[in-house]
Amino acid sequence: MFKEYTPLKNKIFQVIDNDGKVINTKWMPEIDSERLVKIYKDMLFARTADLQIVSYQRQGRIYTYPPNYGQEAIAAGVGAVIKDHDWMVPAFRELGTMLAKGVTLKEMFLYFMGNEEGSNFKNANFTLPISVPIASQLIHAAGIGYAIKYNKEKKVAYAFVGDGGTSEGDFHEAVNFAGVWKVPVVFIIQNNQYGISTPTSVQTASENLAIKSVAYGVKGIMVDGNDFFAMYRVVEEAAKLCLNGEGPVLIEAVTYRKGAHTTSDDPSKYRTKEEEDAWEEKDPMKRLKAYLIDKGLWSEKEEDKIIPQFKVEIDRQFIEAENHPPYPKEDVFKHLYAEMPDDLKEQEKQYDRYLQWKSGKVKQQ
Amino acid sequence: MKIMNMVNAINDALDLKLAEDKTVIVYGQDVGVEGGVFRVTEGLQKKYGVQRVFDSPLAESGIVGTAIGMAVAGLRPVVEMQFCGFIYPAFNQIISHASRMRNRSRGKYETPIVIRMPYGGGINALEHHSESMETIFGHIPGLKVVVPSTPHDAKGMLIAAIESNDTILFMEPKRIYRAIKQEVAEGKFTIPLGKANVIAQGTDVTVVAYGAMVREVQKAAVMAKEAGISVEIIDLRSIYPIDRETIAKSVKKTGRIITVTEGPKTYGVGSEISQIALEEAFLHLEAPPARVSGFDVIVPLPKGEHHYMQDPYKIFYEIERTVKY
Repeated sequence: MFKEYTPLKNKIFQVIDNDGKVINTKWMPEIDSERLVKIYKDMLFARTADLQIVSYQRQGRIYTYPPNYGQEAIAAGVGAVIKDHDWMVPAFRELGTMLAKGVTLKEMFLYFMGNEEGSNFKNANFTLPISVPIASQLIHAAGIGYAIKYNKEKKVAYAFVGDGGTSEGDFHEAVNFAGVWKVPVVFIIQNNQYGISTPTSVQTASENLAIKSVAYGVKGIMVDGNDFFAMYRVVEEAAKLCLNGEGPVLIEAVTYRKGAHTTSDDPSKYRTKEEEDAWEEKDPMKRLKAYLIDKGLWSEKEEDKIIPQFKVEIDRQFIEAENHPPYPKEDVFKHLYAEMPDDLKEQEKQYDRYLQWKSGKVKQQ
Repeated sequence: MKIMNMVNAINDALDLKLAEDKTVIVYGQDVGVEGGVFRVTEGLQKKYGVQRVFDSPLAESGIVGTAIGMAVAGLRPVVEMQFCGFIYPAFNQIISHASRMRNRSRGKYETPIVIRMPYGGGINALEHHSESMETIFGHIPGLKVVVPSTPHDAKGMLIAAIESNDTILFMEPKRIYRAIKQEVAEGKFTIPLGKANVIAQGTDVTVVAYGAMVREVQKAAVMAKEAGISVEIIDLRSIYPIDRETIAKSVKKTGRIITVTEGPKTYGVGSEISQIALEEAFLHLEAPPARVSGFDVIVPLPKGEHHYMQDPYKIFYEIERTVKY
C-alpha cells in the first residue's frame, strides 16, 4: 500500500466515492456488517454530540469548543483500530477517537466547562489529555513509542495534529525522533484545509503533507479522510507495520472542517460558500450512510429514530457535567507536585485566611 | 569514602540509579559514545548498553518532549541539555507539558524527568555557554529547580532527583565541575530536595548563595573574618521549592542578609530571598537586604566577563557595606 501510494506520486488513497460506491475493491477492508453499523452509529453519536455542544456553547453553558463537524471519519477510522492498551495522544479535534478509547462525553463536557477533572479519564487508560500547544504533543508520542519498544510491548501510539501543526518545529522533531528510533507510532495529520483562517497553501510549499515523511525515512500516505473505509484500511495497515517493528507511519488525512475552528471563530471571513458546497459532496457521514443504505444495513427511518435517542443521552451527560460538584479550592494547589512544597502550603493557608476574612465582610454587608 | 570531583559524583549517581532501576534511561546530545562534552556520562553506555544510555538527535525540544512521553509511559528519563544557554528550544515542552501533566490530568499522569544541564560563567566560553537562567525556571509552577555546590551534594541530590516523581531541572555549576574535590560516600544516599544547608555559622550577616557562588562566598567570608565580621553562609541548594524557614531563622539571628547569584539582577533569585527576609524577619533587620549579582546585561564574552562575574572582593565589599549600614 505504501509503495503503491507513495506521497511522491501525490496520489490519494480512496476506497469509496462520494456516493458511497466502492471504487477500490483491492483495498476495501473486511468489516462485518454488525460492526460496521455500530461504527456508523458511533460516528453519528459523535456528530450529534458535536453539534449539540456548539448549541450549548451558544446558550452560554460551556466555554470555547473546537467542533469536529465534517472530520468524523478520521476519528472513527482510528477509533475502530485503536485498542484499549494502545496509546492515544490527542490534539483537540478527535472526539470520536476519544470516545472510542472510553473517554466519556461527560468528561469532555467537564473539560470544556473549565474543569481539569474532565481530563482525569476514569475508563480510558493510555489516553493523554487534550494538548493545546500545536504539534507539541507529537513528540510525547515518539517518547511513548520508545517506552513501548524498550518494554517490548505489543502496542501502538496514535498521535494527532492538524495541517497547521506541520509547520511547527515539534512536528519535524517528532517524526524525526520516531524515525531514528523506529518506534511504533502512527502520526495522523488531519488536513482540514485551514489552521484557523490560514489555508494549507500558506503553511507549506510541499505538494502534499504526507510527503514530509519521505525526508525522515518514514512510511507515509495521503488518504481521503472523509472516506471511512480508506481511513480504516490505512490505519489498520499502519498498526500492522508498527506491531511488526516497521513503524513509524505518517498519515495525511485530507478532510474539511465544516464548522468553525472554535466557537469563537467565523469561517465566513476566510472561505467561500462555493468551497463549502463543494466539500459538502464529500461529507464523510453522507458517504458511509449511502454505502450502508445501498447494502440494506441502514435506513433514513432508523436514523430519524436514533438521533433523538442520542440527543437525550447527550443531554443527560451534559446535565450530569453541569451538576458536577463545585471546583474544590484544594484542587487549585494539590496536583502540581508529588508532595506539596511548604511554600505552596503557606500560600494556600494565606488564601484560606483571606476567604475567611471575605466571608466575614460579606456577612456584615 | 572516595575522593571525587563533581563530574565523578554525578557519574556515580547515574551509575547507581542505572544499576538499580531498569526504568532509568539516560540520553541527550553526545552523552552516549563520547560520554558528554564534559564527560559526565563517560563509560555509562558501555556498561548499560545503547538502549539505556544513548545519543539523541540534536534537538532540545525533541529530547525533553520524548522524555515526557517516556515518563508518562513509566520510564524515568534523565536527559542532558548540553548547555543552559541551549535549553530554550525545549522551553515549550518544559513549561507547557512537563510541569503541567500531573495537574492537567488531575494526577493520572506524572512526569518523573530529570533535566541535567551545566550552567554558569567563568570558563572563558563562547556566547550562549555562560548563562545562569535558574530564575526563569524557578518561576514555573510544577517544576523543581536544584543546584548542588559540592560533589557530595551533587551525588545525593541527583539520586533524590531521579527518585522523585516530579520534573526536576538539575543545574550543574560547570565552573566547579572539576575544581572541587572531596570525599564522597560510596553507595547510595540522598539529600532531600528543597532544604538549604547552613554551611558556616556566623552572627553578623547571612550570605545566601548556591552552585559555584558558594565557594566565592566562602573566600569572602575569610576576608570578612580578618576584618572582624562573622558571616553565616547558607547554601540554598534548591531554587524551587525555596527553604524560607532556614533563610528566616538565619536572618533573625544576624539581622542582615546578602544574596550572591550569577544571573541578571532584576527579578532574580536574590530578589525573592530579600522579600522572604522582609516578610519573615522585618523587625530583625538592621540593614536593607543586599544583592550581589550579574548586571542586567548579556554575559560579556571572556575578555569582559570578569566585570560581570561575582568574586570574593565584590562579595566582601557588599558584606562591609551592609554591616556598616
